[in-house]
Amino acid sequence: MTTAAPTRTTTTRASTRVLRRPEVGAAVAALAVLVFFTVVAEQFLTPSGVGTWLNSASRFGIMAVAVAMLMIGGEFDLSAGAMTGATGLLVGVATTGYGLNVWVAVVLALVVALAIGALNGLLVVRTGLPSFIVTLGTFFVLQGIDLALVKLVYGQVAVQGFSDVPFVDSVKPVFGGTIALGGASISVSVLWFLAVTVLATVVLLRTRAGNWVFAVGGALASARATGVPVARTKIGLFMTTAGAGWLVGMISLFQSSTVQSSTGVGDEFIYIICAVVGGCLLTGGYGSAVGAALGALIYGMTRQGVVYAGWDSNWLYAFLGVMLLAAVLVNNAVRVRAERLR
Amino acid sequence: MSAPLIEVTDLGKTYGSVVALRGVTTSVRAGEVTCVLGDNGAGKSTFIKILSGAHQHSEGTYLVDGVEQHMSSPRDALALGIATVYQDLAVVPLMPVWRNFFLGSEPRKGPFRMLDVDLMKRTTRDEMAAMGIALRDVDQPIGTLSGGERQCVAIARAVHFGARVLILDEPTAALGVKQSGVVLRYVAQARERGLGVVFITHNPHHAYPVGDRFLVLRRGESIADRPKAEMTRDELVTLMSGGAELDALEHELGRGRPV
Repeated sequence: MTTAAPTRTTTTRASTRVLRRPEVGAAVAALAVLVFFTVVAEQFLTPSGVGTWLNSASRFGIMAVAVAMLMIGGEFDLSAGAMTGATGLLVGVATTGYGLNVWVAVVLALVVALAIGALNGLLVVRTGLPSFIVTLGTFFVLQGIDLALVKLVYGQVAVQGFSDVPFVDSVKPVFGGTIALGGASISVSVLWFLAVTVLATVVLLRTRAGNWVFAVGGALASARATGVPVARTKIGLFMTTAGAGWLVGMISLFQSSTVQSSTGVGDEFIYIICAVVGGCLLTGGYGSAVGAALGALIYGMTRQGVVYAGWDSNWLYAFLGVMLLAAVLVNNAVRVRAERLR
Repeated sequence: MSAPLIEVTDLGKTYGSVVALRGVTTSVRAGEVTCVLGDNGAGKSTFIKILSGAHQHSEGTYLVDGVEQHMSSPRDALALGIATVYQDLAVVPLMPVWRNFFLGSEPRKGPFRMLDVDLMKRTTRDEMAAMGIALRDVDQPIGTLSGGERQCVAIARAVHFGARVLILDEPTAALGVKQSGVVLRYVAQARERGLGVVFITHNPHHAYPVGDRFLVLRRGESIADRPKAEMTRDELVTLMSGGAELDALEHELGRGRPV
């Protein structure tokens, strides 16, 4: 037989190709939010204003990107928020309370975070329980330790005197530094945010591991049947969110020189909202790191924009809820289109 | 006629004291389609599980290229070039066609071991074209393809990764008339490319046009194993539906109906 292809071999139009990307909705929304607050709050687009909301967005964005990868892989991590507090507390308490070298403490916190992430992953893979339940358990355990253990060994629930710890100034530029850029002072966390987003995008779209992430989240049985190492992929994803939790924990600690037992509690839902606004399906198998980053940008802009506009900051929550519902509706429509038989 | 790729003689399988399959003899040759027909529970599944290496036979011999084999996993069968395309196809609906094509065996290049995307897309397009399917866009999610086309991606994937014998597990069972035609065309296509095909079906009208050899199973036993030259379509239909039983059924159902 011949291999002559019939005329159906036209390439899909560029516009269709763009609209098929999961992050398109978030990009449009981000632009709208930017324009809106630029108009209603004059401080919003000033160098210092931009620096402030970028910093706010970056701390949520690093987590949102990691959580988006996990969601594409078909799982949730409700312990992600508490993890940012736990790692910060570990470093704060170990250095100010026990005189541990700050570099050693930072590395130790990373090891502990990765171990907790691996444990989350192992529990989910081995038991087959929904990660929603497993990580809800981890979340409460971490929250309990953050409060009770810290109070027991440290006597209070907030780290004091962290800026007096020896060598703390040698670590600060890495996590809590700022860079002067055209009149604005940009936090180092923004660079981390950018790096994490680029790295996650490359991994998702251009590596074998990324292909496996989409596969385990999209159709677990098919992934297993084609030889994808399902357990390894999922455990790796849980370790990634835990690692991101450590990074954000360090950024918060070194930016503010303190950390409280309640730090990060409740943020886990913000990360999920950012990922969903960025196009991630709650059912897994679809989404993007850039989308999650844009979701975090929307969150950061709104959070600061509401303040600059002089409104009650609690309006933020109502706005978040509306965004979430709108995003889920859009995503569902996208999925129905993508899965529709021709 | 070439030497058979697969030859089974008096093949049988018992699960404890239950006889699932007994006395099956047939062969699969390069460039030929061996059809396995039977009603539900006739032993088709047991037969393909043995061929694909998922189960071991307990009686008879199973020769591949003239050498006796006792496979202990589908991996062993794959290593011998025997690939099975199951009904669920093992595809991820939301992923693009080219990612599905290479899932689990992605080619990589460069110092950072990145996916060789160009090679993956090109190979997918070429392999599908070789089966006579012109894909509009290899970037479209595989879920947007028709059932027949998805079936063909799975077949093309098996061929690309070195299959010499394709076992197709009821590829037309869930499809409409038109889609079944599409799949049958690709079964013929695979045969033209020199593959041995084992085509499992319960529809004699699908089997007869593409088949070169027909194995009919009933209640775990082989009731026929003949080349096409020794089998007419009517004979196949009668064998398949259990001749006398069908006559009785027709008589029974026809009686009360107004003529």
